[in-house]
Amino acid sequence: MGVTDGNDRTVTKARMAEQLFREMGLNRREAKELIEMFFEEIGKALETGGVVKLSGFGNFELKCKSERLGRNPKTGREIPIRARRVVTFRPGQKLKMKVRTCARSEP
Amino acid sequence: MMVCMTKSKLISSLAAELPHLSYKDVELAVKLVLEHMSQALSEGHRVEIRGFGSFSLRHRPARMGRNPRTGVAVYLSSKHVPHFKPGKQLRGRVDIVPRPEEESTV
Repeated sequence: MGVTDGNDRTVTKARMAEQLFREMGLNRREAKELIEMFFEEIGKALETGGVVKLSGFGNFELKCKSERLGRNPKTGREIPIRARRVVTFRPGQKLKMKVRTCARSEP
Repeated sequence: MMVCMTKSKLISSLAAELPHLSYKDVELAVKLVLEHMSQALSEGHRVEIRGFGSFSLRHRPARMGRNPRTGVAVYLSSKHVPHFKPGKQLRGRVDIVPRPEEESTV
């Protein structure tokens, strides 16, 4: 449903490591390690209940959702959904401005 | 205890865990990674980090808005906004641990 296409230009950890290798001259192993650690650190901070603020990019926050009644869409039966904690991402102003006028406006 | 991880704290802890890299290198790498993701999104590409989540764009159609102060109607053109969907592993990590007596989870 998103505008963004899943094609061969999709950015992955491997692509980002490759970029660090090309643009910074880090060796491939160092670049891969750094990328892994980058996302691991963010995950760890969130896991321990923290907020992650990456200025210019956005903030990762936690939201506590209380228990509610959901419904199995197939059978229509009501089922309890337990209280849970979820991650939300609030894009920063700079990122919002940057993607605002993405040329690929037609999905 | 609300811990806040900022970009500079992230750089410091990465530098501490990667002693063979200088602080300056880590700082530049973090900057490049964030720029790479922003740039890709602005060009309409997805960012998919296995275990962490994916970033994509969502389309927001044009609408009539209102200046809240003056009440004057203004036309707001269509736009794209970034969207993050946490991956399965991250969702599991941050979720509060279900108590053992709760047996039904979907």
